[in-house]
Amino acid sequence: MSVLNAERIKLLSTRSPWWCALLAVALPVGLTALIASQAQIDPGDNGGSVQVTQMLASLGRAVVMVMAALSVTSEYRFGTIRSTFQAVPHRTTALLAKTVVTAIPAMLIGAVVGFGSWAVFRAINSFPALALDSAEDWRAVAGQIVVYGITAVLALGVGILIRQTAGAVAVLLVYALLVEGLVGLIPKIGDDIQHWLPFFAADRFLGVQAGPPIDDLPLGPWGYLAYFAAVAAVVLTAGILSAQRRDA
Amino acid sequence: MIEATGLTKHYGRTVAVDNLSFTVSEGKVTGFLGPNGAGKSTTMRMILGLDRPTSGDVRIDGQHYRDLHQPLRTVGALLDAKWVHPNRSARAHLRWLAAASKLPRSRVDEVLDLVGLGGVADKNAGGFSLGMSQRLGIAAALLGDPKVLLFDEPVNGLDPEGILWIRKFMHRLAAEGRTVFVSSHLLSEMAQTAQDLVVIGRGKLIHQGTVDEFIAHATESTVLVRSPELEKLGEHLLGAGAGISDDGDALRVSGMDSAAIGELAAAKQITLHELSPQVGSLEQAFIQLTGDSVEYRTAEAAQRAGQEERA
Amino acid sequence: MTTLLATERIKLFTTRSPWWSAFLALGLTIGFAALVGLNHSGGPLLVEHSQFGTQFGLMVVSVMAALAITTEYRFATIRATFQAVPKRTSVLVAKTAVVAILAAVIGEVAAFGSWLTAYAIDGGPEMAITTGADWRMVAGVGLVFAVTAVIAVAVGTLVRQSAGAISILLIWPLLVENLVVLIPGVGANIHDWMPFTVASRFLNGAEPIAPMGPWASLAYFTGVAAVLLVAALAVANKRDA
Repeated sequence: MSVLNAERIKLLSTRSPWWCALLAVALPVGLTALIASQAQIDPGDNGGSVQVTQMLASLGRAVVMVMAALSVTSEYRFGTIRSTFQAVPHRTTALLAKTVVTAIPAMLIGAVVGFGSWAVFRAINSFPALALDSAEDWRAVAGQIVVYGITAVLALGVGILIRQTAGAVAVLLVYALLVEGLVGLIPKIGDDIQHWLPFFAADRFLGVQAGPPIDDLPLGPWGYLAYFAAVAAVVLTAGILSAQRRDA
Repeated sequence: MIEATGLTKHYGRTVAVDNLSFTVSEGKVTGFLGPNGAGKSTTMRMILGLDRPTSGDVRIDGQHYRDLHQPLRTVGALLDAKWVHPNRSARAHLRWLAAASKLPRSRVDEVLDLVGLGGVADKNAGGFSLGMSQRLGIAAALLGDPKVLLFDEPVNGLDPEGILWIRKFMHRLAAEGRTVFVSSHLLSEMAQTAQDLVVIGRGKLIHQGTVDEFIAHATESTVLVRSPELEKLGEHLLGAGAGISDDGDALRVSGMDSAAIGELAAAKQITLHELSPQVGSLEQAFIQLTGDSVEYRTAEAAQRAGQEERA
Repeated sequence: MTTLLATERIKLFTTRSPWWSAFLALGLTIGFAALVGLNHSGGPLLVEHSQFGTQFGLMVVSVMAALAITTEYRFATIRATFQAVPKRTSVLVAKTAVVAILAAVIGEVAAFGSWLTAYAIDGGPEMAITTGADWRMVAGVGLVFAVTAVIAVAVGTLVRQSAGAISILLIWPLLVENLVVLIPGVGANIHDWMPFTVASRFLNGAEPIAPMGPWASLAYFTGVAAVLLVAALAVANKRDA
């Protein structure tokens, strides 16, 4: 418990997590408000859907990824990782504590982004279709909590492996925002590979982004969530194993 | 010559340097003395045009640093030995600095040998010890063979051997007729290195003059005398114009040196048990002068100061 | 200026990052072209198919260009730089030029390398670079890389911090420019004026509805870069180093 507390103090006593959190919430919620204010869906055709309110959540997710990676790479940058391992020589414990302390704020941010975007959209443009009245609706909104949390764990794992801010941030963003999309352009095999990529999986769980119908895919929404979590767990484990082996 | 007039720097609400005026004359080592956080580094950064003064002005030979053509040929500086890219070799670091000032590549090897880094020139600077980094910094400062040299706390963290090396180096540079401006928070260090002193505390000028002046100004030397005939001796000393004060079973004499006191005692046939000159320590003098100006002090010191104020 | 260019060239090439970046940019871009070439089916392979991966290279170069300035701030060598050359505008312009030239070279090698690779794997007469549009699509890559490098140096100078600069430089073109379309009504119009969207129209040809032709698109993209660079120079001159 003291390890968790130490990590919490470490995270919240520097400015960058606050900045990231602010941006991660303000960007998607703000832009969603903009979209809502411009939306002119004919109320008669019961237009709009809960999913529309979540289109910008990926923006906050990218920022959370940066925040999670920074939480460990900045420790390597300033050499404080040595103090960390000095205080808690059991590195697995130290890093798991850091994972928990990074994932919880990420989930909070996910909750604020998910429900915040939905509430803001609804406050500006109250279509009946925006009610949270189905399992899909709840998955799209409340699902952000889990997806943000797992994303943070994945990013943290990459941060531990790469140890270097610029490298980790570049790899994470290029991968999530570019590679997964470009893979689809590879003829023949592209689609099959894409169906097993982690952020594609996260998006299938949320059901927000346009994509192939879920029935044509190898997993269902919950299967995809489990798969996304498993990938994050594997990356984190790889990170922890390498941290144990390497000199701090 | 470096001339600062009314130099002031604010960082938000913090006043780092406050209306500071001083001159650093040519061909001498001038010490820039002040406790940590007094504004020495900020002043040096302003001399080099890195930080913009909030108000006031500082010039080198009448020119602003920013207006110097190829300034490394006029001013060399070592402000922080860690201002190097860790993955760049020592030679490459000097090579780009040389290129910026159109200095020949051979000059790089010259200065590397001068500071004794010739053997590790192709190693990455990130792997250097503090002493080696400091040498690399000095090599960079000397690259353009400048008339004016600035060093910020050059001996900080060095081992005795490194300190000695730097000290000798400063003397050599001054002997070559260069203007050397070197900062330190250690008066004893300055006493051995500098001829002139600029002393600051909390960004304000406290004293400018020679080191001897500063020490004389800041310390009053006394002589401690112990004798079985203390009372009689005291009368004679007063008669001879010295000042005396009781110090337990001894007398503290001021205004007369130990030789004169000894002769006086011999003439009056007074037995002496002790005759010891008390030179006020330099550090004490420094603390006396800058004591009120220390930005960060220990709780104990602050408490003591508080008690003194109340008393 | 030649002195400063030489200085910045030494500075850039005496660290590992440009080598890594060049290696990665070329490897990813050309490797992707090979993947596309190998798996292609249904109709002949076209010039545009070989260029699908250039965005990889572009992002890597963007990161490299930003790091060229943010690492100077990170290791405080920017102070040594401004000490050696107090004319900050000249220094930063020289740095931008050197980085942009390297970016252009990487871009050209990546584009022609990708084209050659795809051609070697499954080339036909359809893959010949003949029309102006073909040339723009391949040879134009270097120009877009160079202008992107200018934007990256400018953003790096403004932000001074690797993580922040890289995040902006990646999230902006890869996410923000596309998300803008979601704004009903005006979104599409805003999208039409987003710098990287416009740059891609220079390479891939503008749809008829686009506000500008290909060369005007490049000019606009360059204009955005110039504005950012001027802003960065103004800020760097005003700030304490």
